[in-house]
Amino acid sequence: MTAATLTIHPVWLRATHWLNALAVVIMTMSGWRIYNASPLFDFKFAKEITLGGWLGGAIQWHFAAMWLLAANGLVYLLCNVGTGRIVRKFFPLSPRAIIADLLAAFRGQLSHADLRQYNAVQRAAYLFAIVDAVLLVLSGLVLWKSVQFPLLRELLGGYEGARLVHFFAMAAMVAFVMVHLAMTAMVPRTLLAMIRGR
Amino acid sequence: MIKKPSRLLKIDGDAVVKEALRRIEQPSRRLFLRRSLSLGGLSLLTGCTIVDDESVENALMKVSRFNDKVQGWLFDPKQLAPTYPESMITRPFPFNAYYGEDKIPRVDADSYRLDVSGLVADRHAWTLAELQALPQSDQVTRHICVEGWSAIGKWGGVTFSSFLARVGADTSAKYVGFKCADDYYTSIDMPTALHPQTQLTLTYDGQTLPPRYGFPMKLRMPTKLGYKNPKYIQAIFVTNTYPGGYWEDQGYNWFGGS
Repeated sequence: MTAATLTIHPVWLRATHWLNALAVVIMTMSGWRIYNASPLFDFKFAKEITLGGWLGGAIQWHFAAMWLLAANGLVYLLCNVGTGRIVRKFFPLSPRAIIADLLAAFRGQLSHADLRQYNAVQRAAYLFAIVDAVLLVLSGLVLWKSVQFPLLRELLGGYEGARLVHFFAMAAMVAFVMVHLAMTAMVPRTLLAMIRGR
Repeated sequence: MIKKPSRLLKIDGDAVVKEALRRIEQPSRRLFLRRSLSLGGLSLLTGCTIVDDESVENALMKVSRFNDKVQGWLFDPKQLAPTYPESMITRPFPFNAYYGEDKIPRVDADSYRLDVSGLVADRHAWTLAELQALPQSDQVTRHICVEGWSAIGKWGGVTFSSFLARVGADTSAKYVGFKCADDYYTSIDMPTALHPQTQLTLTYDGQTLPPRYGFPMKLRMPTKLGYKNPKYIQAIFVTNTYPGGYWEDQGYNWFGGS
């Protein structure tokens, strides 16, 4: 077999995956510090898991890493659509298939023989992460420039609405990452594949 | 009028820059550095334990300057901030400053003079009565704080662009700077200064601007975050030399637009 047939993840995918991971960690940790300055709910994030030290520092991190998140995300989406990978890897996808694979996973019957094939739960989860990241960027854009993006602002329920959307989209992303890490821990070969491509 | 060192009333560009540089050297600045890097997460993230404090902060500052440019480019001088019915006014409207309510400055109305300097034709100092005699208008807009919270208020006063026209300001200049009775200072870009909703505010909710909201005068800009809206203004100057600001010199983004 040639190297090409062994490749599970092309190099552009691995690069954008890890850059995205870095961006998400910086955005989340600095975002928690920004949240702490004026909590939406009756809790704060522990200082030890936040980034930036004080509000001004956290904002600097947040508004620097946003460029990495957005630019890298754009490259990922363009490559994904341009190469047709998004269609090949994520579709077809049906609720029935997701439920079937979810049940199989709980019974420990999901096959991981070919890591190039995403099962239906993976497909749904990764597509969810993509959509959630887009929502984070759009709601973040409203929080950053609410006057300059009136249509987006009104779609997200105004400035205060966008704050809530941004918070819950963050919570959903954190939940995704936790499940994602747990799954990777259960099938460590997937981590190797994401690092060396095969 | 509050007794103040005269340097705060007579603004010149060099002094402002010197002041900014002095503040950068302050221990609080170092503290910011240490605080921003005290987290264990950073070493985790980068995979190295030695991070050059200075270079990380410089890089972040550079991105912040870049973000100023992007915001200037995104800023549409015709795009108005949303306005609201008076029924939506946040009551009570929050007090906010870098100090507590017990430190609110009390400015004497009779001896008050607004100092206007820099690239302007008419440098006479304005009395409160003179400012009140100018055409006034109201706005009910959302004040957005850098901390994330927002509140709706009603401000009345003189459209700033008409004031700048009246004093013969050079509107091709880059910055308009402000010095305040509470030692606060900030500066804005000329396009925002000329925005139709940028207002020299003399009233709050139909009443004379109370001390807690900036008596005798504040600058209200619904297109900028709260810390860009100076209260207790004593001096306004038009300049091409970057004047910085109280929070901006400590690391807040200068443009601070919304």
